[in-house]
Amino acid sequence: MGRYLLRRLLQLVPVFIGTTFMIYYLVWVMVPGDPFAGKCGERPCPPGFVAMMTEKFQLDQPWYVQYATYMKNLFQGDFGTTWSGRSINEIIVAAYPNTLKLALVALAIEAVIGLTAGVLSGLRRNSFLDNLVLVSTLFLIALPIFVIGFLLQWLFGVQWHIVEPTVSSEMRLSELIVPGFVLGSASMAYIARVARTSISENRRSDYVRTAIAKGLPMRRVVGVHLLRNSLIPVVTLLGTDLGALMGGAIVTEGIFNIKGIGGTVYRAITTKESATVVSIVVILVVVYLVMNLLVDLLYAALDPRIRYE
Amino acid sequence: MSDILVSEQSAAGAAGRPAGRLLEVDDLRVEFRTRDGVAKVINGVTYHVDAGETLAVLGESGSGKSVTAQTIMGILDTPPGHVTGGQVRFHGKDMLKMSFEERRRIRGEGIAMIFQDALSALNPVFTVGFQIAEQFRVRRGMSRSDAKKRAIEMLDQVKIPNAKGRFNNYPHQFSGGMRQRAMIAMSLALDPEVLIADEPTTALDVTVQAQIMDLLAELQRERQMGMILITHDLGVVADVADRIAVMYAGRIVEEADVYDLYAKPAHPYTLGLLNSIPRLDEKGQQLRTIKGLPPNLMNIPPGCPFNPRCPMAQPVCREKVPPLLQIGTGRASACHFAEELVNRD
Repeated sequence: MGRYLLRRLLQLVPVFIGTTFMIYYLVWVMVPGDPFAGKCGERPCPPGFVAMMTEKFQLDQPWYVQYATYMKNLFQGDFGTTWSGRSINEIIVAAYPNTLKLALVALAIEAVIGLTAGVLSGLRRNSFLDNLVLVSTLFLIALPIFVIGFLLQWLFGVQWHIVEPTVSSEMRLSELIVPGFVLGSASMAYIARVARTSISENRRSDYVRTAIAKGLPMRRVVGVHLLRNSLIPVVTLLGTDLGALMGGAIVTEGIFNIKGIGGTVYRAITTKESATVVSIVVILVVVYLVMNLLVDLLYAALDPRIRYE
Repeated sequence: MSDILVSEQSAAGAAGRPAGRLLEVDDLRVEFRTRDGVAKVINGVTYHVDAGETLAVLGESGSGKSVTAQTIMGILDTPPGHVTGGQVRFHGKDMLKMSFEERRRIRGEGIAMIFQDALSALNPVFTVGFQIAEQFRVRRGMSRSDAKKRAIEMLDQVKIPNAKGRFNNYPHQFSGGMRQRAMIAMSLALDPEVLIADEPTTALDVTVQAQIMDLLAELQRERQMGMILITHDLGVVADVADRIAVMYAGRIVEEADVYDLYAKPAHPYTLGLLNSIPRLDEKGQQLRTIKGLPPNLMNIPPGCPFNPRCPMAQPVCREKVPPLLQIGTGRASACHFAEELVNRD
């Protein structure tokens, strides 16, 4: 296990260098056009500004020197500054907690609702509830997220006044439930379906039959023996999804006015804030890699038959 | 050795509870309703087992021996399975009429079951120790440490070496034979009165098969349990069984004392089974088989279900279903020509 962990961590190094390099190269070198275009309003930028910025971002240096300097600063925890001189570290610190909060709320909602729906429908195949789950999950999967987002915002926020239509800067939990539901809706549907299949497959398995033959109460047969086995694929799905959720949610953040990392990176792209784009994407890559590793480790913890060598 | 064992067991069985049978299956009928039609899997099975005796239920795959056992345990998959008639009486009380809770309390304590493939019958994500200790905790309300102590005792009783160290192993870390031992330990944990062993050695290799059968016979004798041994292996049966019930197409076709059955089978199907045991003195010759296939349970032939395969079949066999009739003491046969078969040569 220790050796496996070490090998996986070492594997992260080339992946990290490779992806950061690709992002850096794409954003700084391959993006066409003058980096100063549109930076100074309608007029061309004054030569003094151009000289200062060229100096600051080493624009006169070859790209590999730029990349090396960037990486050197990165390892010292310095993500650099924007064109206007604002620290990118500050931007990330301001936006990332909001993204994390939204991601965790979405994950909790999709785990609770998705799993409950999946388990109940898996236990009663072809019942009314089962059909309801199948149809409603099909809806959630088929509808684009912005449709669900605007629809729920309009219903709960505008028509029924149950919640505020948009989220305040305090990011209260009660405000995050509707956006969390919207963000987690598609995954919730997949989780319900995976749980349903898994439960209904394992329900007929020999070890469930053994558990019944041992005279265990039904709630223990289902809650311990059946659920534990059926959870393995569900937890894997949840883990992978958390990695994706922590990458921010451009559409959901936009609809509900949440100042998260998704909107930040979107604005950075449209305003050609190359330094910000690179730094945020680098962070997202690291988060995703770490989450993936955690899912693999979790998988081994859930299923004792899997041993990593 | 085995004769002494058998006579001891029969004596104990007769001396046991005089009032009523321990476990009786009475005219049980089960069908499977599938999209393709209704398969009549059990068509009036009647057998019983008393304390301290071993009843072997013999038959080919699909003869209904496992389904009968599953119906007794209440673990029949419903749907597609439906019990359409008959009774399963435990201490004289019909289990099929009991509430779920009543039946549940009998499982494990009254009647326990061992399955064919211990690897799939044990839960892969829990340790073997947990799965045994679970019964003491849930059914007996023991503390975690007491339950663990008892579970280790059980593992020790089924002769698993280093029982204490094995407690925390998962099923996949056990060998096939050890896994079946653990399964036996689990089924005997609550000291059941009847043990149903559904082909307990089929998934094991031959040397291990003998060890497991010896262990089962020993535990059955020590605990004076009634045992229903389901098998298709006549070799396994001879050593441990007191009585044998032969099943074909969801019916008992012959029931007899183990010696009578081997010496003078009273049904052509039993005779065919005995003849198809490979024999050393016929080495090199073609193995003898029973011609044809078991009947399609959705379309059982009229008359005796065995008649299309029977070398002795007469016109009457195609018309009348032979009932299971007593022939002599303690034996019965469902063949129109049972007397002739027994009185042959």
